[in-house]
Amino acid sequence: MLKISNVETFYGKIQALRGVDLDVNDGEIVSLIGSNGAGKSTLLMTISGVNKAKRGNIVFNGENIENKQPHKIVDMGICQVPEGRRIFSRLTVEENLRLGAHANEKGKYFENDIKEVYDLFPVLSDRKTQRGGTLSGGEQQMLAIGRALMSKPKVLLLDEPSLGIAPKLVNQIFVSIKNINKEKNVTIFLVEQNAKKALELADRAYVLVNGKVTIKGSGQELLKNKDIQAAYLEGGAKN
Amino acid sequence: MEKKDIIQSFKDSLFTGLIALALFGPIVGLRTASKGEGLFITPQWGIVFLLVGLCILGRFLINLNSARKTEITFFSKFTSKFSAITEDKAKHFAITAILFSAVFPFLPFTDRYFMDVAIMILTYIMLGWGLNIVVGLAGLLDLGYVAFYAVGAYSYALIATTFGWSFWICLPLAGVFAAFFGILLGFPVLRLRGDYLAIVTLGFGEIIRIILINWYEVTNGPDGITGIPRPSFFGLPFKRSPDEGETSFHLFFNLEYSTMHRIIFLYYLILVLALITNYFTLKIRKLPVGRAWEALREDEIACKSLGVNPTNTKLTAFAIGAMFGGFAGSFFATRQAFISPESFTFIESAIIVAIVVLGGMGSQTGVVLASIFLIGITEMFRDLEQYRMIAFGGAMVLIMVFKPKGILANRKPTILMHGDKK
Repeated sequence: MLKISNVETFYGKIQALRGVDLDVNDGEIVSLIGSNGAGKSTLLMTISGVNKAKRGNIVFNGENIENKQPHKIVDMGICQVPEGRRIFSRLTVEENLRLGAHANEKGKYFENDIKEVYDLFPVLSDRKTQRGGTLSGGEQQMLAIGRALMSKPKVLLLDEPSLGIAPKLVNQIFVSIKNINKEKNVTIFLVEQNAKKALELADRAYVLVNGKVTIKGSGQELLKNKDIQAAYLEGGAKN
Repeated sequence: MEKKDIIQSFKDSLFTGLIALALFGPIVGLRTASKGEGLFITPQWGIVFLLVGLCILGRFLINLNSARKTEITFFSKFTSKFSAITEDKAKHFAITAILFSAVFPFLPFTDRYFMDVAIMILTYIMLGWGLNIVVGLAGLLDLGYVAFYAVGAYSYALIATTFGWSFWICLPLAGVFAAFFGILLGFPVLRLRGDYLAIVTLGFGEIIRIILINWYEVTNGPDGITGIPRPSFFGLPFKRSPDEGETSFHLFFNLEYSTMHRIIFLYYLILVLALITNYFTLKIRKLPVGRAWEALREDEIACKSLGVNPTNTKLTAFAIGAMFGGFAGSFFATRQAFISPESFTFIESAIIVAIVVLGGMGSQTGVVLASIFLIGITEMFRDLEQYRMIAFGGAMVLIMVFKPKGILANRKPTILMHGDKK
């Protein structure tokens, strides 16, 4: 469905991605783990078209998207929940959600879509008229995910949904991600530092080190991998 | 309050006095007077000490106020009451204000001077509302807004004097021209934000003014354009003795001729134009493009990730903001019947930005209050001649001290739930 081959992205002269190969199949949950500065967020921004790939191809449903503008890519069905949530803090919850549907706000399913988001995250329904900035971190993350869902994506890109959120809420959010995948049939590409959670959830997973994919396999395989345990998981043997 | 605090605030106010002395000493204290041949310095220490004393006292009072940390002083009581009225009852305020402005020309105390001030305030309200689209909603700080005002005024003046078309044809054309210039400015600044954007827009405003001064063949340079046609009341001119084959306003309605007719008409014209601007802004905020403006102000990256096209969003904001500036410009041209580059200096942009910022970015009612406050106060002190700008500065300082986020800082949501209506 989404096939990334040999993608290289630069910030000025600094190379952030050094030839990433990766694919996401229809209906999967794929996780990408890696430490700070490995290039995880850069990869998502490159897929979304915010950063442009200097070399390599990104193919979505048979169409090259590496040179498309961000809003065209969203129209095609790839929506990102950016790192740090980035909700519109002075706008209300409902206004945030409406902006998520910007691409198809005129659509007749709008009211239905917004109801689905409220069913998924009932707490948002209680806070409809509240300003986004007044929500807690976890609620903001739910809002960011709900907002992205409003664009009816085929693939949802999630950048560190667990960042700065209470552990209890992290669990809840990961359950929701699983629901979105299973019930709404949305393919998920998840980038996480919380490697354990990300691998448990994933059908398949990749490890990104210094702008290159070093390890790939099923989520369960990677959980058992000694190197990964040492580098990314608690309780692993330290070299 | 403890003794320590009082001593502390006293020390602080003495320090303020020192700064005031350093500032006022040379500026006010040393006056140059010409006696016979050459200039001589005459000291005026009395005034300096008065000013320094006032600064110390003022600072001390502000310190006392903030040290108590409770809102019990006169000023904060006044301002909080004021904001309670305007925020809770914004709708009532709006209706009252519109009704008042509708009957204003016929009130017993209204004379020619009041009408002129009211027309000026309304022009600034309209400019403020126009700029509010760019600055308040889209969050793009534009310090060259006067450029669009100038483009509108000159387009109107040139079209009207060259082709002799009526106001109602020239007005939309001027708006279109200004919008075109808005897009022209928008393109090079698409990637800029914040301070950098402000600098470029500032430059743009100056470029337009300098072109107006130097393009003698078209704009008549610093001499300006004279003889711009006055607006007519749907074809009926406001003239004492109309040309042959024409009926003038007072003859048609069987009234005695009065110059006030034209002034009143101009007043209603700018009132309607301003209200159209306001209505348009209130409506467009609820549409996807308006919502995208506000989202862009909040977070550009989030916008991109959600499929908002930032290029179109910014360009529409610039174009529509410029269009209303252009409308206001045509009104200005037809009211004055004479325009020159003098009227479109940076200070105009600065005043409009001040109105938007002090009104509370994005607040429509705030713009009205700030215009009345800033322009009204400056006008009230017109007799003081060059000192009236001090009143302007004082008004700005007062707002910044007591309402640092603007008079009405609260953003009104565009979607209200049932039973949530105020």
